[in-house]
Amino acid sequence: MKVEADATKCCGSGMCVLTDPDVFDQSEDDGTVVVLDAEPAASHHAAAREAAALCPAGAITVHE
Amino acid sequence: MTETISTGLPMTRDNPFDPPAELGVLREETPMNRLRFPDGHLGWLVTGHELVRQVMGDRRFSSRSELHHIAIRRGNTPIGRRPPATPGMFIGMDAPDHTKYRKLLTGQFTVRRMNLLSARVEEIVLGQIAEMRERGTSADLVTAFALPVPSLVICELLGVPYEERHSFQEDTATALRLESSVDEAMAAFERVKDFIRDLVRRKRSEPGDDMLSGLIAADEHLDDEEVTGMGVLLLIAGHETTANMLGLGTLTLLSNPDQLAALRADPSLIDNTVEELLRYQTIVQFGATRTALEDVEIGGHQVKAGETLSLSLPAANRDPHKFDRPDEFDVERSASGHMSFGHGVHQCLGQQLARIEMRIGFAALFREFPDLRLSVPVDEVPLRTDMAIYGVHALPVGWS
Ligand code: HEM
Repeated sequence: MKVEADATKCCGSGMCVLTDPDVFDQSEDDGTVVVLDAEPAASHHAAAREAAALCPAGAITVHE
Repeated sequence: MTETISTGLPMTRDNPFDPPAELGVLREETPMNRLRFPDGHLGWLVTGHELVRQVMGDRRFSSRSELHHIAIRRGNTPIGRRPPATPGMFIGMDAPDHTKYRKLLTGQFTVRRMNLLSARVEEIVLGQIAEMRERGTSADLVTAFALPVPSLVICELLGVPYEERHSFQEDTATALRLESSVDEAMAAFERVKDFIRDLVRRKRSEPGDDMLSGLIAADEHLDDEEVTGMGVLLLIAGHETTANMLGLGTLTLLSNPDQLAALRADPSLIDNTVEELLRYQTIVQFGATRTALEDVEIGGHQVKAGETLSLSLPAANRDPHKFDRPDEFDVERSASGHMSFGHGVHQCLGQQLARIEMRIGFAALFREFPDLRLSVPVDEVPLRTDMAIYGVHALPVGWS
């Protein structure tokens, strides 16, 4: 799996970090998304998919 | 095809826990109905989860307040159109204005920042609980706990002296009470604004370690009106909402003893319980609104430019296509994907703070008062069916 995030679309809701803090973080300046682990282990796949689905701004894409 | 046109938003509740039953009937028929607004406008009422999500996630549907027709009445008269959002009130703006203001704040409301506040929130919560104990073995939970906790937190964050809260709490309530006339609501709102504007001027000359001072320092181009607007928005959005979730959430848990027992048996269920409370008790009962900027086809319907959509978050959160057994309150289910904080780029900025306040607040309340109970029958609890934000006006409770 490959996780991509577009910080220009991000609205800083924090839903991704809430869903999987090992894969996602928020920048200190403006709270936008930072991908910590772009190729997460299988145990994080379900959470990464959920984060992509929950993202209010559609900023996260997961390539299976 | 003939269409049913509803006149006015369904507002009658059969009990404190469920949204108006008519919303469910409408959603069953079709997740998007025509709605005749009080001013005569023919718009839409969206009740299905998937469609509410789509509309909120689509920028062709605008948040600009001057474009909306208003689905609720005030003081029993229709509200005409509203003026454009004043500077800093970004909840009623679209990109790029919305983005400019929101971006200045998102760094302050991250999950990490909010987690760092946990210890201070816990202190505030325990302080209120200690005061409740000192006063005896009964209290109105709203005035003793549910309202002061989020008020203290947001005042501290913004740098509003808490002793001065009386000047805005009553005015905020008046502004959000649907029985208030448009004039009364506007006047109350202006008084809150005057109070914050005065504070912003004080912060400019004597900055502190707070968010208003931070905003002033962060962008030298922001003028006093803009900082004031942002401050008012945070103050109003930041205390009434969480306060009502704390009050109504307590009523819900006390009325579902099996669910409360499950939470007590396994305190790690608190995060999940908070999400389920948010889903089950959707306090933003009428307000979510969008207006089409262009013709859009959605849900098999043709929405015309200029038509207003009233989005029912309570109905979306009880949609059986999204949640199994939607009308059951179940602290162990996954409530993920609920619409209580909205969706799209306007999704609640303060949601991570609200979560911290609710997790710490409920956990401490039920831990410190192991036999907390209602002091009146459930049907005597005064409900905020008359307010833009649903909840309880008062919640008499006792303990030993
Ligand atoms: C349980 C408590 C809360 C609930 C249910 C709630 C609900 C909502 C909803 C539904 C929206 C979206 C409105 C729309 O899209 O039209 C929203 C926006 C907003 N909320 Fe909350 N909220 C809560 C707590 C808070 C807190 C504690 C704060 C601030 C500290 C806050 C600040 C805001 C702001 C600033 C916006 C506007 C965001 C924007 O337009 O980009 N809220 N809230």
